[in-house]
Amino acid sequence: MRFWRWVADHWVMVVGLLVLAYLFLPIVVVFLLSVNRPANRLSYDLSPSWTLEYWADPFGAAGLGAALRVSVGIALVATLVATVLGTLMAFALARHRFRGRATTNVLIFLPMATPEVVMGSSLLALFVTLRVPLGFWTVVVAHILFCLSFVVVTVKARLAGLDPRLQEAAMDLYANEWQTFRRVTLPLVLPGIAAAALLSLSLSFDDFIITNFNSGTTVTFPMYVWGAAQRGIPREVNVVGTAVFLLAFVLVVIVQLRSRRKARYV
Amino acid sequence: MTAFVGTTAAAPGGTAPPPPPPARRRRWLPYLLLLPGGLWLLLFFVVPSVQLAGTSLYDRSGSLELGYSQAFAFGNYGDAIIAYWPHLVRSALYAGIATIICAVLGYPLAYFIAQKSGRWRNLLLVCVIAPFFTTFLVRTLAWKSILSDNGPVTGFFRSLPFFPDDFRLLATPVAVVCGLVYNFLPFMVLPLYATLERLDGRLLEAAGDLYAKPATVFRRVTLPLSMPGVIAGTLLTFIPAAGDYINAELLGTPGEYMIGNVIDSAFLVRLDYPQAAALSFLLMATILVMVFSYIRAAGTDEVV
Repeated sequence: MRFWRWVADHWVMVVGLLVLAYLFLPIVVVFLLSVNRPANRLSYDLSPSWTLEYWADPFGAAGLGAALRVSVGIALVATLVATVLGTLMAFALARHRFRGRATTNVLIFLPMATPEVVMGSSLLALFVTLRVPLGFWTVVVAHILFCLSFVVVTVKARLAGLDPRLQEAAMDLYANEWQTFRRVTLPLVLPGIAAAALLSLSLSFDDFIITNFNSGTTVTFPMYVWGAAQRGIPREVNVVGTAVFLLAFVLVVIVQLRSRRKARYV
Repeated sequence: MTAFVGTTAAAPGGTAPPPPPPARRRRWLPYLLLLPGGLWLLLFFVVPSVQLAGTSLYDRSGSLELGYSQAFAFGNYGDAIIAYWPHLVRSALYAGIATIICAVLGYPLAYFIAQKSGRWRNLLLVCVIAPFFTTFLVRTLAWKSILSDNGPVTGFFRSLPFFPDDFRLLATPVAVVCGLVYNFLPFMVLPLYATLERLDGRLLEAAGDLYAKPATVFRRVTLPLSMPGVIAGTLLTFIPAAGDYINAELLGTPGEYMIGNVIDSAFLVRLDYPQAAALSFLLMATILVMVFSYIRAAGTDEVV
């Protein structure tokens, strides 16, 4: 029995780690491509010639830096608006019983169940009908839309997991509603709001399909990659891909380690 | 105040009671909180969807410059199905296969992280989300390198007996499904992890103590208890995969094009808005029919 359990445990572990390796394989390849001089412009294969020139000047490819700036700008504005609007909705849904609550839940679920092509194309049709010029702001509107549902779901989950007795305790200690919210509820929900904001940031930064429909001549980073893919992708794109990955990974691991240390003292 | 005291007394140990009923004077508060976000959804999601439904019934002989006339041309749907049914079928098929593979690969990983990883759990979870830190398009282009005709993977298969020397992976359905699996696997793993993490290990031990074999424990205890996660993961994987066209575009050929490719080109290249809108609705309908029949078969309403 013990032997078989050991085998079963490690079978699961081996398969799990193999699947993780599958998830990481393309990232390793992105890194290898970033230090490899391609045989010709259209080649996706690794050549035997290695170089650090792309890391020395990642913005050497024309238009790459500008596209990154546009993407960061859109992601910041969209995240800010979506996080505020979504958090308010999450509070309403988690904390109140009211007429129309179920309908609101469906309304929030539907955008997540809608394929991106459908959402992107219907927004495009709206903008065309209203004769709104496509550009930075139409992309922002679209990004807020698809980030919103994810913010609501994330913050709502955090609110649902809170122990209501903490707020009752605050009220018992003569805190009024506003003080209870400021000093107890908000600090407890903050990690959920932060997670939602991070999720929005990465969803917005990464989005291609909806952006492609609504961007007009505005070029975001994914749009730049898409355009470049047609005429031979500059290897600098892989430098940016690897750098963003490393930055985000290190940041998240540090946050994890810090919260673990904090948890030990509490 | 009294309401709060009442719920405290009624609270069963540990589990959170439902929120107290709101005071009468705060009736309007939830509506106020919902207003900005709700308006946004209404204006930029509901209105465009209704408009898209209208567009799908326009007379197709119009054009973007001259304007369309509303002809309630339900024939647009028939035309779209006749012209593009292979793409619709292909979308459902590729997305279905990718979802099944995601479940088979994702389950062991989620189980391992949730039940066996101990202090490494958080780090492993970060690793599951980590691929999202690199842009979706850049990762998909990396698959182009991995599966290329001169790459090591194709070379390995060509060296095997029974595989022809001109065996290829890139520009085949295999490559497209592989890309779909890769891109949507985390959407399967995370909800599976969420349910498996709550799974009480003592139930598994109890089953083992009662002489159930590991396979039986899995089939009779683990799997049924993790069904909510399986269902959520399946839907979260299937829906975006069915509408995706990046993988088909980058890793396949026009022979692998899915319905998303057709919608994209109808809207942005051919500028045939009525047909594009009809196809969008057909895609939505296909997905909703599959989702609801699946939810019914699985016997749960907890998804929404």
